Amino acid sequence: MLRLDTLAKRYKTGDHALKGVSFTVEKGQVVGLIGPSGAGKSTLIRCINRLVEPTGGSIYLNDVDLAGLSGGELRRARRRIGMIFQEYALVERLTVMENVLSGRLGYVPFWRSLLRRFRQADVDKAFALLDRVGLSEHADKRADELSGGQRQRVGIARALEQDPELLLVDEPTASLDPKTSRQIMRLIMEICRESGLPAVINIHDVMLAKMFVDRIIGLTAGEVVFDGAPALLDDAVLTRIYGEEDWTAMQASAAEDAADAAATYGAAPPERVKEERMAGLA
Amino acid sequence: MPVSTTADGRKVWQRRTTGRQWAIWAGWFAFVVLLVWCWELMTRTTIWAFVYDAPRQISDLGNRMFPPRWSYIDRLIWPLWDTINIASLGTLLGIFIAVPIAFCAARNTTPSLYILRPIALFIIVASRSINSLIWALLLVSIIGPGLLAGIIAIGLRSIGFIGKLLYEAIEEIDESQVEAVRATGANGMQVLDYGIVPQVLPAFFGITVFRWDINIRESTILGLVGAGGIGLQLQSSLNTLAWPQVSLILLLILGTVLVSEWVSAKVRHAVI
Amino acid sequence: MASVPPVAGRRWRRPPVLIKDRNTRWIVYGGLLIYLALAMSTVDVNWQRVADGLERGMRFINGFLQPDFTSRSTDIYRGLIESLTMTLTSTVVGVLISIPIGIGAARNIAPPVIYYICRSIIAISRTFQEVIIAIFFVVMFGFGPFAGFLTLAFSTIGFLGKLLAEDIEDIDEAQAEAIRATGASFMQLINYGVQPQVMPRLIGLSLYRLDINFRESAVIGIVGAGGIGATLNVAISRYEYDSAGAVLLIIIGIVMLAEYSSSYVRKWVQ
Repeated sequence: MLRLDTLAKRYKTGDHALKGVSFTVEKGQVVGLIGPSGAGKSTLIRCINRLVEPTGGSIYLNDVDLAGLSGGELRRARRRIGMIFQEYALVERLTVMENVLSGRLGYVPFWRSLLRRFRQADVDKAFALLDRVGLSEHADKRADELSGGQRQRVGIARALEQDPELLLVDEPTASLDPKTSRQIMRLIMEICRESGLPAVINIHDVMLAKMFVDRIIGLTAGEVVFDGAPALLDDAVLTRIYGEEDWTAMQASAAEDAADAAATYGAAPPERVKEERMAGLA
Repeated sequence: MPVSTTADGRKVWQRRTTGRQWAIWAGWFAFVVLLVWCWELMTRTTIWAFVYDAPRQISDLGNRMFPPRWSYIDRLIWPLWDTINIASLGTLLGIFIAVPIAFCAARNTTPSLYILRPIALFIIVASRSINSLIWALLLVSIIGPGLLAGIIAIGLRSIGFIGKLLYEAIEEIDESQVEAVRATGANGMQVLDYGIVPQVLPAFFGITVFRWDINIRESTILGLVGAGGIGLQLQSSLNTLAWPQVSLILLLILGTVLVSEWVSAKVRHAVI
Repeated sequence: MASVPPVAGRRWRRPPVLIKDRNTRWIVYGGLLIYLALAMSTVDVNWQRVADGLERGMRFINGFLQPDFTSRSTDIYRGLIESLTMTLTSTVVGVLISIPIGIGAARNIAPPVIYYICRSIIAISRTFQEVIIAIFFVVMFGFGPFAGFLTLAFSTIGFLGKLLAEDIEDIDEAQAEAIRATGASFMQLINYGVQPQVMPRLIGLSLYRLDINFRESAVIGIVGAGGIGATLNVAISRYEYDSAGAVLLIIIGIVMLAEYSSSYVRKWVQ
């Protein structure tokens, strides 16, 4: 069970990203977090596992306040929280198997992770997860050889390899086509159902959210403005969340922006520039 | 506003406004004056008779250098081997020192932003400012002539090059991959091993091989100050005015440089 | 992982990172190891001499920490003036010559004959170290900064010519074509279609080269081509490490200054 109590985040720039967010996620419940870009969805998700430091409030996971932890305790808490990322965030130059096994990093001593000598039980689990997401044959491929949908499946396997008690999912479908998006969402939902895993999913696509999740929380300017069943999400509520503009048009452009970002974000600096930089130093 | 209007209402287009145009002319004039002044200062001690005499010197030198003394080659093989060893071992030494310094200098991996980072950056700039020949000059005076001085000189110069390019590569990595590894509960060393090292490894190999290639060139001349390698032969041939030997040595250096350039290009192509 | 693998007990080992084939891997790594062992064995160190040197090494470090700028101030001043004037004049002359050569060495705008001539000039200039070139210029033109000036200008041609040619080969052809379509002459084509595209980088590269030329000017003095290198050479050969430390600190300071200001200038032109 996850309980957030007046969680607040103010960045050094003065932006008030979260203004006292409180809600509780019961065991087995999948919560969809919607809201316009800049509403603080991403910050909220990252505050839960403290990739972003909250500036106020508390985060209770099974009655332990994560906000008060540090060092080794924080890492032991993080290893029970699986996270799935927007741009997959796989380590691209490692193999699929290494990426999945990296879910065990919080459990194994450093020498095991350095020599890639994981316990057989961990390897068994990783193979079983790869079977589950349908990627067993690709275990020894490098992550950057896979397609977007396949990479996100590896991301899911990595999160589950952690034996999580909670799943945090940050825009899992932002850089995928509509069909793959539905497949990925279905997979995440099935996995949550199978093991009664609670999850918080940031999602920009309202239709997709309504189709899959149990409960929707609408976030605007760092505050919860809606919390209820997907069926209660009508046009009036959406206007409250996204403002007066035509929210369907806005969604489409948001999806486009995300796709554009995905296209330009991944581009490496050209090789020539590097060569030249070296030449300049010679 | 480059577009102005004359008294009779016609629009006149100029690339720049008059004042800006004058400022640019004044800037160029000052630059030329500075240049002429520098030229005067520099050539104050020049003996122009030597300069006018240069064409005759050039043809004279050309005649004396040709043909190369091919039989000298058997005395050059071991020095050449030494030269290559200086470059390789020096590069290795440079790597060992440069890698920790690069991690200290990169903004996203440095253990302390305000103490270690400036120190690491200073080491990098100091190493880069001082040519390996100067390092060799110093080291020969400190630990005596020989290969060791050459190796350390090459190593010291390589720190700055490898360190600078590597820390820039570390600062350019994709942070989301690092964040994902951190989110699994990994500790600092594991984040380094899984999140950062795989991303910078190709750059690291590329930089290293590139530096090795440069080091081959640089180690050919270290012998001029006594730090071993083929430069020793060059120095003694120059001292005895044995120009046919000098031309053979230069040809050999040319060949070695071409081969090492080819090897370095191949290896970089393979790893990147 | 063929048909129906058992659910448990599947082994996993990390696949090799660089060389996939097992035999090639052993040959390459083994070969490298043997080479390293051989290379190490050729380094025959006179440990006695090194031990003696440690004391001198400490003196050098002390000299570096407490540099002596005063006792050789006239030499340092003269060397520095020579180095700086040499650097500036040689960079300007080198850049001016490298521009036509760089244009001539760009495959997309130069005719083949000119292309090969310019490429070979660049190749000659790039092959040899500045020090070797300096030796020859000293023999031909006599000792002093004039030979150094020629050396640095000559090296600048190879460096900038190559990078400029590559820049020109990479330009957006559509822009050049549009200018050509207006009926522009060759010089007008260069001025309107090429120059705007390569100018910011040319300025950046020239500033880089200014920095390199200053560093090199400290070296070629060792073989008699003037500049602060001569001062340094004298100081080191007389074991005056505090003066040598002063010279080195000046060089480092100027390089840092050049780097800082050139990044500023580059931001300003782009």
